[in-house]
Amino acid sequence: MNNSNSIISVEDIKVELGGVSVLDIPSFCLNSKEFVSLIGPNGSGKSTFLLVLNCLLKPVSGRISYRGNDILSRDDVIRFRRRISMVFQEPLLFDTTVYKNVASGLNIRGVKRAEIHERVMRYLKWFNIEHLAHRSARKLSGGESQRTSLARAFAIEPEVIFLDEPFSALDPPTRHAITDDLETIVRQTGITTVMVTHDQSEALRMSDRIAVMNVGKIVQTGVPSLVMNNPVNEFVANFVGMDTILEGRVEEALDGMVTVSVAGREIEAVGRLQPGDKAYCCIRPENVAIELRDPDDLTTARNVFPAKIVDIDSMGPFLKVTLDCGFPLVSFVTREAFASLGLDEGKPVFATFKATAVHLIQGSEQKF
Amino acid sequence: MDLILDGIIKAIKLLIAGDPEVLGITWLSLKVSGTATLISVGIGISIGMIVALTRFPGKKFVVSVVNTGMGLPPVVVGLFVTIFLWRNGPLGFLDVLYTPTAMILAQAVIATPIVMGISIAALQNLPAKLRLQILSLGATRMQMVWLLIREARLPLMAAVMAGFGGVISEVGASIMVGGNIKGYSRVLTTATVMETGKGEFDVAFALSIILLVLVFLVNYLFTLIQQRERPR
Repeated sequence: MNNSNSIISVEDIKVELGGVSVLDIPSFCLNSKEFVSLIGPNGSGKSTFLLVLNCLLKPVSGRISYRGNDILSRDDVIRFRRRISMVFQEPLLFDTTVYKNVASGLNIRGVKRAEIHERVMRYLKWFNIEHLAHRSARKLSGGESQRTSLARAFAIEPEVIFLDEPFSALDPPTRHAITDDLETIVRQTGITTVMVTHDQSEALRMSDRIAVMNVGKIVQTGVPSLVMNNPVNEFVANFVGMDTILEGRVEEALDGMVTVSVAGREIEAVGRLQPGDKAYCCIRPENVAIELRDPDDLTTARNVFPAKIVDIDSMGPFLKVTLDCGFPLVSFVTREAFASLGLDEGKPVFATFKATAVHLIQGSEQKF
Repeated sequence: MDLILDGIIKAIKLLIAGDPEVLGITWLSLKVSGTATLISVGIGISIGMIVALTRFPGKKFVVSVVNTGMGLPPVVVGLFVTIFLWRNGPLGFLDVLYTPTAMILAQAVIATPIVMGISIAALQNLPAKLRLQILSLGATRMQMVWLLIREARLPLMAAVMAGFGGVISEVGASIMVGGNIKGYSRVLTTATVMETGKGEFDVAFALSIILLVLVFLVNYLFTLIQQRERPR
């Protein structure tokens, strides 16, 4: 754990609330230039962990160190906090102009006026809110407020930025626009980032590493495709929801239709990716049908693959059938259909799913 | 009707003439109530801040006590301050009963819970996570306190105005601990009570108008400060 690349590392962190353990992290290490997403259900301790990493919440026990030095005294804490910054779910802006909000972290550090001006203008521009500089922060839309909050956090040019579900209160179009801008800036600056999110596609798209949390513990951590495809336990599997996540590369793109090559097979999907893009095809099991004959002329499904049943699990009224089509594919089949089709382990079948059933996520080249 | 009209005319004459006694009374009112407000702001906002921002057992009880204090009857305060400052009272050695100092003390006791109560409400009304946000921006504890005060400046200025309004218009405690001594501890309210009692309505009128104008001017000044730098 003590590699020289680490910025923040924690050991034996325990947080209790009214005698009940809410966080228990034996060890965690944040590496330089890394983007880590913390995912997990409500109450899993994600935000609590973020506050501990920020030194905003004192754990009942444990050690936090910054670049190998333990953070002990109050002065250590202030010094540490001046190298990081945090964006909360709510923008938490000051009742003043956008400009002064973005300048606030720099004012706290006693940065010279001319430099404050230069930096504030730069970050206002980066987050596309230059035109709002002299507007009252009380008169901004949700998206504009969160952009201001992000600009304020980036303007101090921290070594690490912590994001606590910064987009979850925004509507989807606004959310996508801000995520795009944030991604660009994170890539350009190469800033070390820890983000708490509910959105798996967001985590998948931006992270080098995902840590899945449940009841105050990190249950799995690893590169996104590993966590998504090889969940260590049922909890992670259920939480990540998508039983099938396939990594591939876009071969062709025409009129909103995309062909993705996955393990030598071609999957047709609906999306706007470009040829050569790295892509994740996410397919929900309820959208995958199993047929006994090649249904090419029987259905409108665009994707048909010969497959073999490799595993069958009971899921209440459904059976979860894992198929091997050259890549793993999971399907939900009703018990009735299962019986009438005479399905069994090892049986050769055809798996079909529509192009619209494929959830495409663009993978990033710099990452993974 | 004539009584009122005569009163107003005489009052205006008195004002224009700039009677030195009236000016002296006005100045003392401003000095006593201003100083008392200043003291109450210092104590009220700082203790209010501690109460609002920390967690401790019995906090609700403390807040209730402060809120009750906001309606403290001035005569009760006057009685207790008199007892305390009485020659053989606990603070008798100070020898300040029937002086402007005693009036400042009594008025500060009246204004402090008002300022404190509104301050607590104002600071508790700020988003709970704002403190964390300020700290995560690298603020020291003092910087955080300052930023929170700035953030709550509108209701905090309202607290100052309410405190000043409470004591400038107060009469019971001032008469009891100041004694309404001519040229020494006579303020606008105590003088108005006395002049009205004597049937000198014109003088009472003049004093009342001065009191109203004074309260207006001070509040106008506070409002200007309060609304300053409000971005559009």
